[in-house]
Amino acid sequence: MRAPLSWLREYVDLPAEATGREVAEKLIAAGLEVETVERTGAGLTGPLVVGEVLAIEELTGFKKPIRYCRVDVGGAGGTGEPQNIICGARNFAAGDKVVVALPGAVLPGDFRISARKTYGRVSEGMICSAAELRLSEEHAGIIVLPPEYEPGTDAVALLEIEDEVLDIAVTPDRGYCLSLRGIARETATAYGLPLRDPALLDVPAPNDEGYPVTVGDPAACDRFTARTVSGLRPGARTPVWMQRRLEKAGMRTVSLPVDITNYVMLELGTPLHAYDRERLDGPLGVRRAEPGEKLTTLDGVQRALHPEDLLITDDSGPIGLAGVMGGAHSEVRDPEQDPETGEWRGTTEVVIEAAHFDAVTIARTARRHGMSTEGSRRWERGVDPEAAAAAAQRCVDLLVLLGGGTAGPGVTGVSAPAEPVTITLPADHPDRVAGVTYGREAVVRDLQEVGCEVHGTDVLTVTPPSWRPDLTDPNDLAEEVIRLQGYAALPSTLPRPPAGRGLTRRQRLHRRVGRALAGAGYVEALNYPFVSQDALARLGIEEGDPRRRTLRLANPLSDEEPELRTTLLPGLLAALRRNDGRGSHDLALFETGLVFRPTGQEPPAAVLPVTGRPTDEEIAGLDAALPRQPRRVAVVLAGAREQTGWWGGARPAGWADAVEAARTVAREAGAELEISADRHAPWHPGRCAALHTVVDGERTLVGHAGELHPRVIKALALPDRTCAMELELDLLERAGQGLVTAPRISAFPVATQDVALVVDAAVPAAEVAGALRSGAGELLESLRLFDVYTGEQVAAGQKSLAYALRFRAPDRTLTAEETGAARDAAVAAAAERTGAVLRGA
Amino acid sequence: MSAPNKSYDPVEVEALKPEAIDRAREEALAAIAAAGDLPALREARIAHAGDRSPLALANREIGALPPHAKAEAGRRVGQARGAVGQALRTRQAELEAERDERVLAEEAVDVSLPYDRVPAGARHPLTTLMERIEDVFTAMGYEVAEGPEAEAEWFNFDALNISADHPARSESDTFFVAGTGAGGEGGAPGEGSGVVLRTHTSPVQIRSLLERELPVYVICPGRVYRTDELDATHTPVFHQVELLAVDQGLTMADLKGTLDHMVQSLFGEDLRTRLRPSFFPFTEPSAEMDMVCYACRGESVGNPDRPCRVCSSEGWIELGGCGMVNPRVLTACGVDPEKYSGFAFGFGIERMLMFRHNVEDMRDMVEADVRFTRPFGMEI
Repeated sequence: MRAPLSWLREYVDLPAEATGREVAEKLIAAGLEVETVERTGAGLTGPLVVGEVLAIEELTGFKKPIRYCRVDVGGAGGTGEPQNIICGARNFAAGDKVVVALPGAVLPGDFRISARKTYGRVSEGMICSAAELRLSEEHAGIIVLPPEYEPGTDAVALLEIEDEVLDIAVTPDRGYCLSLRGIARETATAYGLPLRDPALLDVPAPNDEGYPVTVGDPAACDRFTARTVSGLRPGARTPVWMQRRLEKAGMRTVSLPVDITNYVMLELGTPLHAYDRERLDGPLGVRRAEPGEKLTTLDGVQRALHPEDLLITDDSGPIGLAGVMGGAHSEVRDPEQDPETGEWRGTTEVVIEAAHFDAVTIARTARRHGMSTEGSRRWERGVDPEAAAAAAQRCVDLLVLLGGGTAGPGVTGVSAPAEPVTITLPADHPDRVAGVTYGREAVVRDLQEVGCEVHGTDVLTVTPPSWRPDLTDPNDLAEEVIRLQGYAALPSTLPRPPAGRGLTRRQRLHRRVGRALAGAGYVEALNYPFVSQDALARLGIEEGDPRRRTLRLANPLSDEEPELRTTLLPGLLAALRRNDGRGSHDLALFETGLVFRPTGQEPPAAVLPVTGRPTDEEIAGLDAALPRQPRRVAVVLAGAREQTGWWGGARPAGWADAVEAARTVAREAGAELEISADRHAPWHPGRCAALHTVVDGERTLVGHAGELHPRVIKALALPDRTCAMELELDLLERAGQGLVTAPRISAFPVATQDVALVVDAAVPAAEVAGALRSGAGELLESLRLFDVYTGEQVAAGQKSLAYALRFRAPDRTLTAEETGAARDAAVAAAAERTGAVLRGA
Repeated sequence: MSAPNKSYDPVEVEALKPEAIDRAREEALAAIAAAGDLPALREARIAHAGDRSPLALANREIGALPPHAKAEAGRRVGQARGAVGQALRTRQAELEAERDERVLAEEAVDVSLPYDRVPAGARHPLTTLMERIEDVFTAMGYEVAEGPEAEAEWFNFDALNISADHPARSESDTFFVAGTGAGGEGGAPGEGSGVVLRTHTSPVQIRSLLERELPVYVICPGRVYRTDELDATHTPVFHQVELLAVDQGLTMADLKGTLDHMVQSLFGEDLRTRLRPSFFPFTEPSAEMDMVCYACRGESVGNPDRPCRVCSSEGWIELGGCGMVNPRVLTACGVDPEKYSGFAFGFGIERMLMFRHNVEDMRDMVEADVRFTRPFGMEI
C-alpha cells in the first residue's frame, strides 16, 4: 500500500515539519512495515508551467514525424510571447493544455532544459510526459491537462509533484491498513493527534426505490448496498488532484467512474464496483456458481467457474466474480469522442456496488483462478463491513461533484450482520504477556485508542471495532497494548531452563563424522535433494530396485527433477562434475543428509483438529503417512588422493580410499565394519565392497563403497575411476560397541612370526586373516597383512599373502616352541578354511 | 712386570720414578689435546689410558715398592690417571658436541617446503554456523530437536494456526508431495498425500511439545523448502534455526533477553537488538527481530563518507521473526495456555552467513564449489 504524505495530512494534522522518514519510523514502531519512503519530485526544479498549444507545424524529412508547436505559457516565458517548442509525441492537438518545462528547468535525472537548436529550429523548452517528470511509469505520452487551467500556472504545485510516498507491506492481520483511513488512524495514534475519519458520513437509510438486489448467500455476503447515479457527462475527466493521488498510490487512471471507485477504495478500504446500468439486465444477485457456468472477466479471460465461486449476477447470468473481478460485459465503458461531432459517448448511468464479502470465500476464488487483484487482496485480509454504506455515499458524492451526475433517490441496503465478537480478558493479561506492569488504566486507554469498546474492571469485556476482524483472542489485544506502549520499552530478562542433557548420541555422531571426513581431506557439500528417475537409471539402478521407489513432488520447480533422492550420490556426483568442470580435478567431497525412502504403501496424512492434543493413535497415523527418512553419509573421489610433490609422485584416488572413508565413519560410531565383495549399482562389479556391521545384535548391510562402474562414469561424464561410498548413518548409530572394556597390558616380551600363504586369487584376504586369527588362539596379539604378491613366483591364478603375527602371553615370556605351535595352528586353520599353502613349504 | 716384592726389599722401579710418571702424564694430556676427532681420541685413549699405557703399567708396579714408598707412588700415579681420565672425558664431550653440530648442520632441511600431499578438507559453513548456534543454546540448557523434512501438513500448518486458507499454504510457496509410490500414483497437485516438504522447522516445535515433558526448551535447526527459483538471494532449499521455550510465566521480556544473549554470543558484546511488531499465525504478539549492525554499529547511517556494506548503511540487520507462542498452538498440542506460555523465534542461516561472512551470492552456498567451502575450515 502506497500512502502519499500529502494525502495522509488530509486526515491528521501532522506538524508541518514532519517528514516522511519520521512518520515512517513511528509507523514501523507501531507495527507497519514501511519498506520505502519515496520522494517524488526529487531532482526537479522549475519553471514548469501550464501551456496552451496554439498551433502545430508538422516537420517532415526526419526519421520520425516531428512537431513544431507554438505554446502560450502566459507570462512565464518572460516576454509574454508564446514559446516555440519541438515535440516528437503526437497524443495532443491544438487547443490542448500541456505541461511545459521552460529553459532553466531541471528534470529528474539532471536533465537541464535550455533553448537550443534542434531539427533545424530553435526549441524554447519541452512539452513533458508523465514519465519524464517521473509522475508515473504507465504513461509514455504527453500529459494533456483538463482545459480549466490558465496558461502560465505553476505546474509543480498543480501536479503536486513534490511529495513523499510511504510504501507499506501490509501484514495479513492489518487489512484495514490497505486504506488511507487505516494508515491515518495509526499515524494519528502514533502522534497522539485526532483523526478525521473519512468514513464518518451522513448516509441515507435504505428504501424500496433502490436498484433491486437479491442476496442468495447471506453468509458469504452479509451486506450489499447499491446506489445509482444518472446523467453523467461521458466526457467528464478525472481531475488532476485525483489522478495524481491515484498515480502516487500506484494505480492507473482509466475513466472517471472507475477512477472514483478506485479512489474511494484507497481512501476507505472498501472495494467497490460500478456497473453501466444500461448494460445490466434485471436485478443484481449474489449466489454461488452453478456447475458448468462460465464468465469472461475484465481481463478478457474466459473462466470456468467452480461451484464455490461467489458470483454477482443479473438476468443474463454471471456478470462478475464477487470481490475479485468484474465481467467484461457490464463494465463502465471507456469514453470515446466522435471524431466528427466532437461529442463524447460513454456510460451515463451507473449502479454502485458496495458490499461485504466473506474473506475465505474470496481468498479461495482468487487462488483458484490465480488472480490477485486490488479487491481480492483487501477482502482476504478483512474489510470493514460498517464502511460499505459510507463508501457508496462517497462514491455517489464524487460522481455528482465531478461527473455532473444526479444521485438516484433509491438506496438498496441488504444486511445480515454477524454478532459482534467480544473478548474477555483479565485486565493484567497484557502485563503478563509482556513481563511489564502497564496497569489497568493504560490497558483500557490503549484498547480504546485502537477503537475497541471496553467494559469491566479486573476482567475486561472488549468489543473490537468493525475494521479489526483480526482481534479475536486475548493475546491479540495484548499485542495491541504492547505495541502502543512500544516494543522498544520491553526489558530484557533471561529465563532459566532446567538442566539440559546436551546433544543426543545421533547428533554427536553426525558432528563427529563431519569433522572426521573433513579431517581426512573431504570437503562438505549440501546438495538439493531433487532427482529424476532418469538420473537414477543413469546410475545403473534398475527398475524394481527400492531406490527407484521415490517420493514425487506435485509441483516441482523443474519437471526434469520432480522426485526426492533415495541416495545421496546423484547430487554429490553432480557436485563433483561441476567442480571438475571448473578446474578442480583432485576432489574428495562428502555429504550427510536425509534420503526419502517410501514404501509406496503410505496412507494419506489426515488433517487433525486443532482444538486439543491429538491422540497417540492419531499422531502415529500421521507418522505412518511419512516415508522413512534416514540420515546417510556419502563420499565421492576423483583425481589424485595424494598430490605429486617433493615427497614423490601422486597417488590416484582408488576404491580403497572409498572403503577407508567408510571405516573412518564407522570408527566415529565406534562400530566395526565387515568388508566383503558385492555387486551393486552404481559400483564396478569387481570393485564394490558391501559394508556390514552388527546392529542390535544382527549382521546388517549398512552401505557400499568402491569404484564406480565404467558405464556410470561414462553416462554421467565423470572423471575416470571416480570412486564413491555411501552408508546409512542412522544404522551405524545403533552399531556402536557400547562401553569398551579396558585391555590388560602384558609386560612380557613379544614374539613375532611372519607367514606367507599362497591361496587362490579369488579368496578374500579378509577370510584368510579371519582363519589365521581363529587358529592362532589367545596368544595372538595382532595380525597384519604386509604384502600381497602375484607373479612368477606363484602359480597363475594364485596369490601370496604375507602376514606378520605378533604373539604375547599375559603372564610369561613365550618359548620358541609355544610361538611356533601357535603359528602352525594359525596356518593349519588357514589351510583348512581357505586352502592356503605355506609359501615355500 | 715385576712380581710382588715379598721381601720388602727396596727395589728401584724405573716406571715409578716421579719424573717418569709426570712425563707419561704430560704426554697423555698432550695426545688428548691433540686428538682432532673421535677416532684420534680413541687412539689416544688406548695409548695413554688403556691397559698397556705407561700409567697403567706403572700402577701395576706399585705393589713392588717397599711399604714406605707405596703411598707416595700410589698417590702420584693415581693423580696422574685421574687427570688423564678427566681430560679424556672433557675432550670426548667436546668432540662429540663438534660432531653433533656438524651432523645436525648437514641434516638441515628447508622447513618451508609445502606438505599439501592430501589437500585439506572442510565442513560447509552453513553446518558449522548452525553448530555454533546450537552450542550457544545447549550451554543455556536447551536441547536440539530434529524432525522429518517430508512432513504432514497438520504439523507444518494446521497445528501452527495456519488454516487451510492461509496464503502460506498456497502452491506458490509450498512443495506438495504427490502421494507416495513409484513414479507417483498420487494424483494432481494439492490433492492426496497430505504431505509437504516442510516450509520451516516449526513442525519440530509441534513435535517437541507433543513428545517432551514440560517445560520445553529446544532449538530446531534444519533444512527447509520453499518454491523459490535459485538466484543471488533465493534458494528453494535453505536452513533455519528455530527456538521454542514453553514454561510457566514466560514473557516477551524473556524473549528479548534470549535474543540479546544469542546476538551477543555470535556477534559481540553490547550489540543492541530491536523488536518491531509484525504478524505470524503461530505467534501472538509477533515481532521482527533486528540487531544493530555488528560492523558499523549504526555509524554508517546518514554518513555517506563511511558506507557500510554489511547493513547497506541501514544501521540495523534483520534477523528473523519471533513472538509469544499463540495460545491456539499450545491448545493444539494439549498444553494449557492458562498455565503455560512460551516464546519462539526463527531465522535463516543462509542470510546470517551472508551478512556475517560477506557472502555476496546465494549460489555460492549451494553449488558445493570447493574453492568456496575450503577457506571456512572446520569451525566458524
